[in-house]
Amino acid sequence: MTSVWLNIDEDGLVPALHDAAGKLDGAEGEVVLDFSSVRRIDSNAVRAMEELAQKGDEKAVKIVLRGVNVDVYKVLKLVKLAPRFSFAS
Amino acid sequence: MIASEAVQERVQIPLATESLSAERIAYLEGLVNQASVAAAVFTQFTQEDVDRIVKPMVLAGLEKAQHLARLAVEETKLGVMEDKVIKNMVATEFAYNYVKDKRTVGVIREFPERNLVELAEPIGVIFSLIPITNPTSTVLFKCIMAIKTRNAVIFSPHPKAGGCGFEAVKIMYETALKHGAPQGVFTCLESHNLQDNAYLMRHKDVALIDATGGPSAVKAAYSSGKPALGVGPGNTPVYLEKTADLKTAVVDIIISKTFDNGTICASEQTVVIDDEIYDQALKTFADLGAHICNENETGLLGRTVIDPQSGCMQPLAVGQKATDIARFIGLSVKPNTKLLIAPIQGVGREHPLSVEKLFPVLAVYRAKSVDEALKVCVDVNHAGGLGHTAVIFSRNDEIIQKFGEVINAGRIIVNSPGSIGALGAVYNDLVPTFAFGCGTGGGNSTTDNVNIYHYLNIKRLARRTQNHMWFRVPNQIYFNMNAVENVRQFPSASTVIITNPALERVGHVDVVRRCISPQTHVHVSVIPDAEPEVKVVMQGVEALNFYKADQIIALGGGSVIDAAKIMKLKYESPDADLEELAAPFLDLRKRVVQYPTEKVNRARLIAISTTSGTGSEVTPFAVLTDTERGRKVTLADYSLSPDVAIVDPQFVMSMPKGLTADTGIDCLTHALEAGVSNYASPYTDSNAMQAIRLVFKYLPIAYENPRNEEARCMMHNAACIAAMAFSNASVGVNHALAHAFGARFHVAHGRANALMLPHVIAYNAAVPTKFMPSPYTQGYVAHKKYATIADLLGLGGQTVEEKVKKLIAATEQLLDRLEFPRSIAELGISKEEFERAVPELVKIAFDDPSWRSNPRMPLMNELVELFWKAYQGRGSGKAPSAAQQTALEWVVRVWQ
Repeated sequence: MTSVWLNIDEDGLVPALHDAAGKLDGAEGEVVLDFSSVRRIDSNAVRAMEELAQKGDEKAVKIVLRGVNVDVYKVLKLVKLAPRFSFAS
Repeated sequence: MIASEAVQERVQIPLATESLSAERIAYLEGLVNQASVAAAVFTQFTQEDVDRIVKPMVLAGLEKAQHLARLAVEETKLGVMEDKVIKNMVATEFAYNYVKDKRTVGVIREFPERNLVELAEPIGVIFSLIPITNPTSTVLFKCIMAIKTRNAVIFSPHPKAGGCGFEAVKIMYETALKHGAPQGVFTCLESHNLQDNAYLMRHKDVALIDATGGPSAVKAAYSSGKPALGVGPGNTPVYLEKTADLKTAVVDIIISKTFDNGTICASEQTVVIDDEIYDQALKTFADLGAHICNENETGLLGRTVIDPQSGCMQPLAVGQKATDIARFIGLSVKPNTKLLIAPIQGVGREHPLSVEKLFPVLAVYRAKSVDEALKVCVDVNHAGGLGHTAVIFSRNDEIIQKFGEVINAGRIIVNSPGSIGALGAVYNDLVPTFAFGCGTGGGNSTTDNVNIYHYLNIKRLARRTQNHMWFRVPNQIYFNMNAVENVRQFPSASTVIITNPALERVGHVDVVRRCISPQTHVHVSVIPDAEPEVKVVMQGVEALNFYKADQIIALGGGSVIDAAKIMKLKYESPDADLEELAAPFLDLRKRVVQYPTEKVNRARLIAISTTSGTGSEVTPFAVLTDTERGRKVTLADYSLSPDVAIVDPQFVMSMPKGLTADTGIDCLTHALEAGVSNYASPYTDSNAMQAIRLVFKYLPIAYENPRNEEARCMMHNAACIAAMAFSNASVGVNHALAHAFGARFHVAHGRANALMLPHVIAYNAAVPTKFMPSPYTQGYVAHKKYATIADLLGLGGQTVEEKVKKLIAATEQLLDRLEFPRSIAELGISKEEFERAVPELVKIAFDDPSWRSNPRMPLMNELVELFWKAYQGRGSGKAPSAAQQTALEWVVRVWQ
């Protein structure tokens, strides 16, 4: 099993998420996205995460979000995306 | 905001959505999805983020006020462009002035004195219906409210105002987006479709429907099963009372009724004018540009601007000028006529113009009296305007107040224009709004001017609050041998000594008399040595009145002192209703019935106890027997506490052994129960612990050597000290059991307590089946407090459990030394008789207020077990028998 670790930066959040989606092709097992430096997400990021979750489902790759703050976590809960990711602190 | 059913038929909103195409559903789902994401993203915004967006939106609205007003008039053909500009400015500037400093994110209000904090939670996605009458101002207002509260809105403008409504949403959205609002925070249905509304109203991701519209829209919103803010129709009555400033009133009414050609639903509909000023009022209206219709013209108006079928206004007239309406129906009026005034003789279908008219036609009614005027206003209010708005012009505060009382309206506007007044913040301090809540009268959930607080879920963070506690005892307590001599220091012209025959016989009364000044008239009232009865108390009160007593000395045990407390109460406050004062209560500070504070007479109560157990000389309790009704009444209030307590052991030196033991164990039970009570405090603990120490040390000595002065003295003090503890911390389940058992089997109170005591300690020390709610304690501490008592007594033991066992053993040893029976069975009560009694005993014990402060909530089956343990006796350790189990089941069945 190969794990991929990606640091996600708030400033380039959407491209980083697209990049992460691209990495799912070569990944096995799980991809870990480090959200420690993400303070908040906007509507575009929500859409990008939706696409990422969709791709993860298709590729059967587990996507782990690490260090998600509670404000971002609440957004993911409200848009019903939280169950589609795994969370790690 | 549109009231007429005729107008409403254009916004009928059926809830059926079957006819929607797949493409349309996809479009609507897209709107909701966009709004949902925006609402979710919005939750991350701070107050500063939000406020940074709101201000530019307000400025954009102000800048586009004229543009939007022009669009609205052109599209809807309703109203006055200039007035719509004002509306747009009120909707932005006045709304901003109200919201700008309000907190709507995070902590929004704090109540430190209540340990309460309010926090804001956004609603989420709001579906908002926009009326034809105020299509742009309502959008501007709602957009500002939504951003301020971090909500996303899907707008649905009235079909005939879709263009201007869409433009208003666009202006607000673009400005908001530019300043950081989430994408998709506002969306607007591009073309109106009633099925669209129905679909969105029932969408699972739409959290709230804000239906500013007429009855159909509101009804559809409320019928959707979603939380809804629906506002309702109006029919504003105006009372022009004879003391009013007539010139101001007439101008105000004209301003209001002609504002935007009368399209604001809070505008005046029927003016009821006092007879004395009626003619002058109409002349003033006419002078200022109104046309006063004659009878024929009024009839013509009624037949044309009101639909004869529905009884509601004709849509074609809504928002039109007075001159246009006149021309349309063939009425000849001056070219500058502002208003058509139609005198009517009543309210109802036979008087068509008495309904709501959202155009410059005003009905007037001549009232012969205030009473008639108010009744006609009530009639108008009930003719389609319940809960909405009413107006009064008057300088008579009483009439204004009466008008406010009889009219059901969320806004009662005084001496100012109805429509602009109701909008708020212009003529008064009402909250600015474009949606008038009409309460249940209008089928709404609120009578408020809908505002930001209706766009928030308000969460209350309630911190644990510890109520203030107290420690209240008589302010003078004299103790030790010959303490009775302190009576001498209290001046009195007339003193009544309440006592019983035995104490008079042994000379105690003489001892007291010798301590009273020779100048004092002293009278002795001897009462039976039993719990006081109502009749006895009332005889005592008669004596107090006869002798005009200024001092009462109660010399005796608990019964005498209790009697004196109640005599004093009835003497000082003859109207005190003992039955009512005995009403049950849970918290002294919240009790329903308050004791009287006004006093006809005043008398000092000096209590001299002659037993060492009840401590009645310092307690705020008194028990009264009502023989006529066959029950006991317990009175409890600190006003019953004696003013002075004398704890002089000379009066207990001759107490018989049995009484010494019984009262001593009563004292111990008071102290132990106060010690573990949920109301215990450091103040009561210190008293409880000291009393326990004194009882364990001195009670056996006093019992075995009654003439031992030190032991008698210390036990007398212990009783008083324990009473101070339980006066403030109360007692517990031991007393509840003992009260029930003692009364049923005529066993002395102290003896009944003794039979229960070891079992109750073990019971309270165990992990409760059910905890008692108690804001005063932190965790369950009863077992630890028993362990502390064991330490105080030097009983040894390493663990809490060991210490509790040692306390129980020490208590049992004390009871044995005092020659108490070890079980109820030893009293000669047969098992069969006890079995029969248990269900009733449990019922009575459970009703007893004593256990309310017990640390462990006694369940019915636990009370049964405790009674049986007491029956079987100390150390038996037997489980309930089958028969006992039957009794338990009976109790449970009865109570279910």
